[in-house]
Amino acid sequence: MRKHPVIPRALPFIALATVLLTFDASSQAVPTPPASPAPQDDGTWTMPAKNYASTRYSSLAQITTENVKNLHVAFTFSTGVLRGHEAAPLVVNQTMYVVTPYPNTLFALDLARPDAPLKWRYEPKPLAAAQGVACCDVVNRGAFYYGGRVYFATLDGQAVAVDAANGKEVWRKRLGNINLGETITMAPLVVKGKVLVGNSGGELGVRGWLTALDADSGKIVWKAYSTGPDNEVLIGADFKPHYASDRGKDLGVKTWPPEAWKLGGGTVWGWISYDPELNLIYYGTGNPGPWNPDQRPGDNKWTSGIFARDADTGAARWFYQSVPHDVHDYDAVNEIVLLDMPVDGKIRKVLVRPERNGYLYVIDRQSGEVLSADAYGNVNSTSGVDLETGRPTVNEEKTPQLGKVIRDICPASPGAKDWNPSSYSPRTGLLYIPHINLCMDAESLEANYIAGTPYVGMNVKMYAGPGGNRGVLTAWDIAARKPKWEIKEDLPLWSGALATAGDLVFYGTMDGLFKAIDARTGELKWQFKTGSGIIGQPIAYKGPDGKQYVAVLSGVGGWSGAVVAGQLDTRDPSGALGFVSAMSDLPDKTTRGGMLYVFALP
Amino acid sequence: MCSRFRNGSKRAVMLLSVSTLFVSACHREQRSFSTPMPAAQQTNVIVSELLPGNAKRPPPDPHRKEFENNAYHIAEGKRLFDEFNCTGCHSHGGGGMGPALMDDQWSYGGELEQIYMSISQGRPNGMPAFGLKIPEQERWELAAYVRSMTGNVPKAAAPSRDDHMQTKPTEARTPRQPPIPSGPPPASLGTSP
Repeated sequence: MRKHPVIPRALPFIALATVLLTFDASSQAVPTPPASPAPQDDGTWTMPAKNYASTRYSSLAQITTENVKNLHVAFTFSTGVLRGHEAAPLVVNQTMYVVTPYPNTLFALDLARPDAPLKWRYEPKPLAAAQGVACCDVVNRGAFYYGGRVYFATLDGQAVAVDAANGKEVWRKRLGNINLGETITMAPLVVKGKVLVGNSGGELGVRGWLTALDADSGKIVWKAYSTGPDNEVLIGADFKPHYASDRGKDLGVKTWPPEAWKLGGGTVWGWISYDPELNLIYYGTGNPGPWNPDQRPGDNKWTSGIFARDADTGAARWFYQSVPHDVHDYDAVNEIVLLDMPVDGKIRKVLVRPERNGYLYVIDRQSGEVLSADAYGNVNSTSGVDLETGRPTVNEEKTPQLGKVIRDICPASPGAKDWNPSSYSPRTGLLYIPHINLCMDAESLEANYIAGTPYVGMNVKMYAGPGGNRGVLTAWDIAARKPKWEIKEDLPLWSGALATAGDLVFYGTMDGLFKAIDARTGELKWQFKTGSGIIGQPIAYKGPDGKQYVAVLSGVGGWSGAVVAGQLDTRDPSGALGFVSAMSDLPDKTTRGGMLYVFALP
Repeated sequence: MCSRFRNGSKRAVMLLSVSTLFVSACHREQRSFSTPMPAAQQTNVIVSELLPGNAKRPPPDPHRKEFENNAYHIAEGKRLFDEFNCTGCHSHGGGGMGPALMDDQWSYGGELEQIYMSISQGRPNGMPAFGLKIPEQERWELAAYVRSMTGNVPKAAAPSRDDHMQTKPTEARTPRQPPIPSGPPPASLGTSP
């Protein structure tokens, strides 16, 4: 064949061929992130989820399966903080922003200069006492860059806006009250000039909410509670849930014993996605409180489910309760990936959610109808999801009873997967899910409410699930509704995943290994031992020099790593709400200490 | 019953002594349910190992004798430890939201009166001040139970069973670990309370 001298003319053909090949490779079309929430990649990373569709996918392809073996450390930065580093760094305007766990310092690093020196730091100085009401380490899941400012929340319940150029505070707003047990650990999402922030504290009898603040002033525009009367949940005429059990007046009150909704949890500490075309935001609500289910008979609306709300007014559009009357602490706050994909021959606008209850949901994001729910981990607490009612079929044998120890409940309280987000590659059609494989023994006890102290009522001991591996990376074929392959990890996976156009997937382990695997086969291509366990979210960006970089925070902690971060005593397996039981070997494998690692090719 | 005459007249004391001869089991241990306690010598509770000018360390608080050797008080402390949600943060001694209490590391002192003061006053990195919530005697009982978690009370007085799912060897079987003052690491490091 003759060589084509004019490359630009040939490019469209190559692109077309690639698309055709992709279609050819898997008999079904690969789900695609919609263009408006997932615009073309510009090499920056301005929000933890990468884009509003929450794909956490980088289209940078300089680092490939071939050359990744040459990846080396470009620069590092110590945060000086010893607790769990769950955040994703942000990169924009030749600057990298890193927010730490409590005391929530925001660092700006100058990427335009050699070795990325510190540009400035901003210290919000949150109340030290907030550490005593943070259920699962004093983590922070990241910041958000929007319109020249960096937005993030502090552990003691404040939202702050910082000038991205000089680190000066623009405004700060107190939203939570630590004396009610409220903290904030989530990364805000900024949509159309509004900063969306929700509270944490589902283990302290907190009433959950999500609020929208004016990005310029910090003024509250709307606030939607997760329990209580319709007007406080922002349920009105537009609310059209798909399932009958979600229809009715004031279900946020009526599905609880009297007054129990006031302490009912449903905190909003996870991820939010946004579809600009439908003008809807999507987010999940946390577990109902207390864990002891006998103290709150009923469906406990609107806890452990997904809300779709109008992005301007907060008015609820639909709700789907993945875990009605949760009995195992299965929050529903995990990431929500927006995709368009054919279902039964018709293109549907869907959201994909690897849920804590062990099912991977594909839900019509216009109506809230569950299109499919398939187990992606070991589950015996339920036996499938009834698509007629949307409800999981509960296995009563695994339901806690007062004063009785129920053994071998799978998944354990942190679910088949906790907060740490997956990544979707449109090149492979696979969702890379970093998750856990734990089961538990649980004994329910009477919980006593004292404001600002734990409100749990459950004795828990966790341990490795079937197979003995505590962690799994599952490459889930969304179209085929089954795993393509899995990587078993000894320790629970508590880090996020990052897929890149170089057909690599990056993730970290709790003993500190940062790994790159082949996105198509799962083959380990490269790894690097960082100083502490990794529970952060890796990102990729294009540096001012045009090179591709991959960055991740190392620094063990979080609920799973509390045994190291909090120097807990492993002789008590019930420590850290029962997680210590499964992690007693971690202190022998890693030590604490926060450090940013940035990698590049030579 | 036996303690009825404890603070009574001379005659009552005599009677008590006589009855003790016959019912010696009664005096095995005293149970005070809500007796007024001598005020804690709060100004004497210190948490530093440094005493400027070679100052003399104050004598142990008299509550030690009353509470640390008393199975009833310690058992009450164990019950209260659950009821006041101490378990929620410190688990069954291993810690979680709060630090471990069954090890030998003590940020604010591991002696009875020091633990009592930590419970009462709270501590800046997250320990709530329970002095306004829990009555004084119950705070001493909690402190005595916390001491039992590290084996620092007589074995005969320490709880020897759990009412709930056994998570660890009971306090009576915990080896004695004398407290080591570790001091609170600086709050800016994001340490646990």
